[in-house]
Parts: sequence; structure tokens; C-alpha cells
Amino acid sequence: MSPREKTRVPAATVEAAPDFASYYGRPILKQPTWKVPDVPLYLFSGGLAGASAVLAELAARTGRPSLSRVARLGAAGGAVAGAGLLVHDLGRPARFLHMLRMLKPTSPLSVGTWILSPFSALGVAAAASAVTGIAPPLGRVAGLGAAALGGPMTTYTAVLLSNTAIPAWHEARREMPIVFAGSALAAAGGLGMLGAPIREIGPAVRLGVLGAAVELTATAVLERRLGFIGEHYRRGRAGVWMRAARASSAAGILGALLGRRHRPVAVAAGAALLAGSAATRFGVFEAGRASAADPRDVIVRQRARDERRQAASPAPGAAETSEPRMGRASARLPGRGAGEGAEGTSAELSVLSSSPTDDDGGGTAKGGRHAATASGVDPPRAADPARGRPRCGRRVRQHPARGGIAP
Amino acid sequence: MTFDLDARLAGPLQDPAGEAGYGPHPPRMGFFTDTSVCIGCKACEVACKEWNAVPEDGLQLTGMSHDNTGGLGASTWRHVAFVEQTAPPPVDLGMPSVPQGADEGEREMRWLMASDVCKHCTHAACLDVCPTGTLFRTEFGTVVAQEDICNGCGYCVPACPYGVIDIRPGDGRAWKCTLCYDRLGAGQEPACAKACPTDSIQYGPLDELRERADARLAELHDRGVAQARLYGRDPADGVGGDGAFFLLLDRPEVYGLPPDPVVTTRDLPAMWKRAALTAAGVVAAVVAAFVGGRR
Repeated sequence: MSPREKTRVPAATVEAAPDFASYYGRPILKQPTWKVPDVPLYLFSGGLAGASAVLAELAARTGRPSLSRVARLGAAGGAVAGAGLLVHDLGRPARFLHMLRMLKPTSPLSVGTWILSPFSALGVAAAASAVTGIAPPLGRVAGLGAAALGGPMTTYTAVLLSNTAIPAWHEARREMPIVFAGSALAAAGGLGMLGAPIREIGPAVRLGVLGAAVELTATAVLERRLGFIGEHYRRGRAGVWMRAARASSAAGILGALLGRRHRPVAVAAGAALLAGSAATRFGVFEAGRASAADPRDVIVRQRARDERRQAASPAPGAAETSEPRMGRASARLPGRGAGEGAEGTSAELSVLSSSPTDDDGGGTAKGGRHAATASGVDPPRAADPARGRPRCGRRVRQHPARGGIAP
Repeated sequence: MTFDLDARLAGPLQDPAGEAGYGPHPPRMGFFTDTSVCIGCKACEVACKEWNAVPEDGLQLTGMSHDNTGGLGASTWRHVAFVEQTAPPPVDLGMPSVPQGADEGEREMRWLMASDVCKHCTHAACLDVCPTGTLFRTEFGTVVAQEDICNGCGYCVPACPYGVIDIRPGDGRAWKCTLCYDRLGAGQEPACAKACPTDSIQYGPLDELRERADARLAELHDRGVAQARLYGRDPADGVGGDGAFFLLLDRPEVYGLPPDPVVTTRDLPAMWKRAALTAAGVVAAVVAAFVGGRR
């Protein structure tokens, strides 16, 4: 090998071998194309709107007109803002009405459209009636309708996220509705504390504290139960959001319990609960994005599942059981350097000298040498590029079409 | 035909087109991609782009062997993966290979090449979650997206367990392989299969392809290629079997395929139940917050 070629061929980088094979470290799944802040902000505003609609109805019926009005405005505002965010998030916003072409129970987005659309209409009608005083009976009916859809508004978005192939969302399907419900209740309670006079905020305080407590607990359970996939909720951007959410919600709980008789404290606590709720949504969303980008989540889990199944019922002729653990690759790394260093020239040369007749002659000659592997012994995986990170700059000057085929 | 919710969402399903509501219809058509004879010529990629008028998907060098498209996407409907392994193939298949290393007798590189494509799942998550009806099941049992309906909501993108479908930037709509629906209707085979010079990509009725694949697998096993395996062939797998399945010479993840994909909607009934219960809990919590104050 000439010195020039030596510099061209990168030295083997000895790094900790990943415990799974992948295609150049590329993710298996596609990243969600949902935009930030559109979608996480909608998760927040939709939850706020849903819980507020229920709160508004009960406040109206228990003689708390101010709390009811704030909650009605929250429901209407959250729903309208949410619908706007969702339309903005579409790749073709002008086609948003295509969402109403069908109602499809297997699509949480379709079901959600049919929850959000009437909810927005009813919520806006109820709020308009409450603010303007026009047609109170109709306003009451609309408010009741919005309240009936309020519960589903808070939890359908959890199904929306969980019903994807993204491990950090799909595997969290048990906890996600509870996290989102708690987050929605905390937000609605927070908004009530923020906007209603002290004498009426009692229920809002209790709701905010309860919601934030549920949010904190369910998130902790979710992160723990997910095992290594739960790491995505603790690391990177998601980790920052989740930590901010925890701090904010905890501060909100504390403020709500201590300062419910002091308006400034109640306002601050309400704002903290709202911020905590929003941060949770951003954190959950970012965790899903990170999980989609990480091939490990998909491969390691599915590989383990696949191996369990194969062990239970070995398919005829399956070579799976005789394969060594992939972790062994790291033990063979020294050999990898030698192979890499030499490949530049020899690959080139042998391709140049190879001819169609090579295929026949080579085939018989190789037969004996390969007999060992045929009997089930696995080939060494040391320098297998597919099992390592993407290694740029690796060049083998060989035209694949030069080789023959044996159909 | 009896309505069976579970068979609708996951598990073996003999006739997806019939289940989707078609009356008399042609047999289910699909691809069998035998990667053991793939030579990595990328004729499938080119033919697909030409026939379907798929726009350019980026002209960059990835450094991943001869693979410069990276993976399937909105503008890459066939993707040829190139894997370089320094490991002797158990038996010579006539695959392009060159001896290398200090001791040429011991070290040999093997190429794995595989043309990836949309799997046209029996239980297609993209189709299940599409809220507009853009994605539909054809009479051939394939899954096709209608570009005049799609509003780019993007739900199909994270729903696909294989990471196939994607939104095309600048266009805003979701695109993927149609298994050349237009050609099928005219009794022709898809462009990629037509262009494949080694019959690595085989098109035909799925039942027939499965028989052919089983025979090929048995042949390879007889010849000592113990690593050969079928991927997506099993109707009992997590997606009910693929309409486009593969013969691989290594584990699926080596080719960038998920080892054991499951359609996400399999768990949807349980998720809806839980969400409904929690929604009731939300109302109960608000009521409790008011009742608590009356004490």
C-alpha cells in the first residue's frame, strides 16, 4: 500500500461496540413530521380546554360565576387555538376539511377530529353566551355538551401518541392517558386560580393540586416502567422539559396549598401549574422524537422478543440459536484494523483481475473452506460494518455488478 | 363473513382485500425479494423513479458503501441496501466477493445487497391511522396513498413500524410505493420487478410467491446457507405477514429492517378502553374537587 493510500483509508476506530446490529446506525423508524411547537402546544391547549369545560359546567352549577366564566373562556380559547395549531401543522393546511371525510375508529386522529370539532363549536358558543349574555339557555346547553366532550378531549391525545410505532410512546400506552389527564386537570385548575377571585377558587385549587400530583406520579411510573426506553424522558431536550415540568408542577402544588388565600400567590401558583402542564407535553413529545431517532429502542426490544419466541418454537432450519451473542464483536476489534488497512489495494486488484470464469472456479475452491461455517458455526462478526457505527470514508473500489450470479 | 375485530387489527388474515369490502377481486399480489441474487445494480430504484415520476431524493454521498439513498422515504420507494461484512459466506452463491486481508485464505469480504420496499402489510398501520382515507386497500390487497386526498397530517409517518412512508418536504403530502397500482390494473408487473435483471424482485400472486420462497429457502439451506431466512413471510407475525416479503442472508436489522415489527393498532382497543376510563376519571376528579369544598 502506498503512503497516499494509507492516509486515504481511515484507521479503524476502536469504540465500544453497540450491543445490537443495525444498518450503519440508521434509525428504523421515521421521525414524526409533526412540528414543534404546534403539536405539543396543542396537546397542552386541548387538555386545558377539555378539563376547563368540565370545570366551567360544575362551577356554573355551584354558584361560582366568575370561575365558570374563566373556565369557559379557557375551554373556548384552548379549543380554537388548538384547532388553529393543528391546521397549521398540516402539510396542506387548505385541505383541513378532508379530516371530516370519514370517522374512523382505528385512527385516533379521526376520532379526535370528531371530538375536537363539536367541542370547539360548543365551547365557543357557551363562552360567547356567558360573556355577552345572549341566549343563556342555549349557552347552558352548549356548555353541557362541551363538558360531555371535555373528558375525551383530555385523554384521546394520549391514544394519538401511543398508537404509533415509536417505542417511547407506544410502550407508555398504559400511563399516557393518566399523565395527560393529570396534566389537563392541573392546567384547568391553574387557569382557574389565575383568573377567578379568591372566594371562588377553592375547587380550582383542589383540582390543580390533584392534577399536578397525578401528572408527577404517573410520569415517574412511566419512566421507570419503560426501562431503557424510559431514558429518552430523562436525556436531552426531553429531559430538560421533564425536569422543568417537575419543578414547575411541584412549585405549583406548594403555592396552591400555601397561598390559596392570597391572590398574588394563587396567581403565581396557577401560572406554575399551567407551565408544568405545558412542559410535560413538550417533554413527552421530545422523548418520542428521540426514541424514533434511536435504532436501539426498536432493535434491542424486538430482537429480545424475537429470540424468546424462537426459543419457544424453533423454526425448522433456523440458524438463530447457534449464533453467538453480538457483544462478542468487541473482543475481536484488533483484527478489524488489519482487515481495513489492507482492503484498499487488494480489493481493487482482485476486481481488476476477476473475470466471469472466476465465479465457477472460485465456487468450487471455496466450498471446502466454507464447510465449517455451513455446519452452523457463525462467521466472525469483528469487522462487520453493519454492526457498528456509520463509518464514513470507507471505500472499496469494487463494482458489485462485476460478480456473477447463481440464481 | 363474520365481523371479527381482532382479525381486523392484527393476526392472520387470509384476504385483506375481501376484508376491506371488495366483492369478487383478483388474488392478493405482492413482491418476493430474494436478496441472495441481488447484485446491487439499482435498476429497481431507477425504474421506480422513472415510471412513477418520483422526484429527486438528494444527490449526496453517504459513505455507506454504494448506498447513496440511505433508506426508503417519500421520494425513495425502492432502496438498495449495501452491507459489507468481513466474513466468509458459508457457500459461494456467486455473489461478488473479493479476498482481502493479510492472509487472503482466511479473510474474505461478503456483500449483502437487498432492495427494500414498502411491505404492503396485511395489517397496515399507516392505513389504519390515516384520518382522511388517503391510504386505502386496493383490490390487489396492496396499500396505496391518494395524493389528491392527503392533507399532510403526518400520522402515517410514525405509525409505520418499518419507517417507510414519509411526508415529502416542499410538497407536504405523504408518499410511498404504490406497488405500481396503475401497472397492475393494466395486467403489468411493477416497474422495479420488470427492471430487475436477476429476478431478485419477483412479482406475482402472494400464495405463489410464498411457495416459491419456501422452495428457495429449502434449497439454500440444503446448500449450507444456514443464515438464510424469510422475512415478512409468516402470516402469524406482528403485521399479519407482508405483501412484500424477503429472503435475507443475515438478521433483518443488519439490512435496516425491524426484527419483529408489530402493527401499533393491535393494542388500540385496549388503549381506547383505558382512555375512556381515564376520561371518566377526569370528570370524577372535577366533581370531587367541588364536592370536597362543600364539607
